[in-house]
Amino acid sequence: MAKAINKGKVEAVKSHLSSPWASFVAILIAVLWTIPTFGLFVTSLRPQTGINSSGWWTVLTKPEFTLENYSRVLFEGRGATPPLSQYFVNTFAIVIPSTIIPITIAIFAAYAIAWFDFKGRNFIFFGIFALQVIPLQMSLIPLLQLFSGGLHIGSVTVIPSFGITGTFIPIWLAHTMFGLPLAIFLLHNFIAQLPRELMEAARVDGADYFKLFRQIVLPLSIPAIASFAIFQFLWVWNDLLVALTFGGGKRDIAPLMVRLAEMTGTRGGDWELLTAGAFVSILVPVAVFFALQRYFVRGLLAGSVKG
Amino acid sequence: MLELAARQSQLEQAASKLTGLVITVIVFAIVVSLAFYLAERTSERVQRLVKYLLFLAPALIFLFIGLIAPAIRTLYLSFRDARGDNFVGLENYVWAFTQPEILQILRNTGIWMLVAPIASTALGLTIAVLTDRMKRPGLVKSLIFMPMAISFVGAGIIWKFVYQFQPNDRVAEIGLLSQIAEWLGFVPTNWILTAPLNTFLLIVVFVWIQTGFAMVILSAAIKAIPEEILEASMLDGASGWKRFGRVTVPMIRGTIIVVLSTITIGALKVFDIIRTMTGGNFKTSVIANEMYNQSFRALNYGTGSALAIILFLGVIPLVAYNVMHLRRERSER
Repeated sequence: MAKAINKGKVEAVKSHLSSPWASFVAILIAVLWTIPTFGLFVTSLRPQTGINSSGWWTVLTKPEFTLENYSRVLFEGRGATPPLSQYFVNTFAIVIPSTIIPITIAIFAAYAIAWFDFKGRNFIFFGIFALQVIPLQMSLIPLLQLFSGGLHIGSVTVIPSFGITGTFIPIWLAHTMFGLPLAIFLLHNFIAQLPRELMEAARVDGADYFKLFRQIVLPLSIPAIASFAIFQFLWVWNDLLVALTFGGGKRDIAPLMVRLAEMTGTRGGDWELLTAGAFVSILVPVAVFFALQRYFVRGLLAGSVKG
Repeated sequence: MLELAARQSQLEQAASKLTGLVITVIVFAIVVSLAFYLAERTSERVQRLVKYLLFLAPALIFLFIGLIAPAIRTLYLSFRDARGDNFVGLENYVWAFTQPEILQILRNTGIWMLVAPIASTALGLTIAVLTDRMKRPGLVKSLIFMPMAISFVGAGIIWKFVYQFQPNDRVAEIGLLSQIAEWLGFVPTNWILTAPLNTFLLIVVFVWIQTGFAMVILSAAIKAIPEEILEASMLDGASGWKRFGRVTVPMIRGTIIVVLSTITIGALKVFDIIRTMTGGNFKTSVIANEMYNQSFRALNYGTGSALAIILFLGVIPLVAYNVMHLRRERSER
């Protein structure tokens, strides 16, 4: 009853606060925010001659559209350069393992740090959180040397090179390593909050740590896993630096972003190809984002504000 | 005919890559399941040890090989010459702080660190406050948040097109910025080539992406302000502006600082936007871009490592603050 009255009051306050002006300004900003992307999309659908002779906003008066830019950029290669569809496949081949592997390793570690009793637990937790400080750039040269040449102390080979240069493996491993600190941090925050009674009851029932993980921790952590998966997916899909460094510029493993960045340099004036290519690269992450926005926001909030 | 053959080989390549992908995922799943299967069947005493081996060790090994050891080695390489063969003392650092081009780069990075976080946070806060008063803020927030899903490379292309300039007077402008300048009676210039304006134009792209982030976080913080406090201030007759300055901002101060420091870290490490839009030319380069050039273009591991260390030193105070913030929160719980 008291709550209902309170709620009524709150609504009154809210409606008093809401002003048409605030809404108007907010909508205006949202439109402004969308115009650049919209311009790219419209341009990608215009014929080449139109793009280069008039602004995209003129389609309002003289509409003229084609899908030719997409078919050209996706399926027509140029000499030794494969068409964008091949880079699209590469992006998939990079993104999926680079998301699955770190999540698996991170959820194991998060569980261990949250529920195993051992000395140095706190130290490890804060240590991993602090590792987020290390910028990617600090790791690039040594990791690249390790992947290409292995590790030798004097003449003794500690880690052989495995000959993985030029394959997807260095890119997967690099993304796994760089994604772990945030993954462990986010998943730990979630797993540590599972009810203690539940965990202890299961222990009394004779479940060991492995069973406990499989039967209780894993199923209950699905929402947290989903939010981190979206993060990692978007981060890897949109990454340029890691792919550029560990892909070594090889075309048969380079993802979309590497190709697009290259295209803006070498074919900077071919707007019909650039806009269509960019839109193709944007489509998947934006679709994922809209479909799973709720999980994404939840992960974002868990990462930076008190939960 | 030739085209058909080319398509055929493209399809084959794609198919073989996707098969490789599926096999990788299956192998990984089998390895993990097998490890579990075996571990569960050991005696309880062995399990006490095995559980650390299975759950904790992989992460620690990856973190050590991928981050800790490389960071130490980068520090070591920063005191050595281009190929890492000889000790050169502080030479690489002296180089970084005396070369005019590098000083320009450090200055640009400073501008990024100062302007980008403040602009993104201020805009994000404004939008968060405005949408907090809306009845249905969903679509507006989604549209402003959407650039977060777009890559810096994609955003770079989107905005490069906005900044496109037509040098030939007889041809119509196709870049929106140039056209707007013309409509307003200005003469458009080649924006991307004009320093120092171009650095700010690149910052706009970053702000365009980060504002959504700031908005989402701050919006959640504003929602978490207890209603009684807002009501009390309303009964006191505080106007919208006063309430914003005296209640809202102080209540979410901690969150604002976290957002500022997170975006500052991002601005410090910005690479893709520079790479896509200017390639670091026209006096727009920043530390992360020059680090890449020194290391992987000029193949100078000494100077490259020194720049990475300078980047690291810039990030430390920011993350130290975040860690302290986290610790305080934990002890409050």
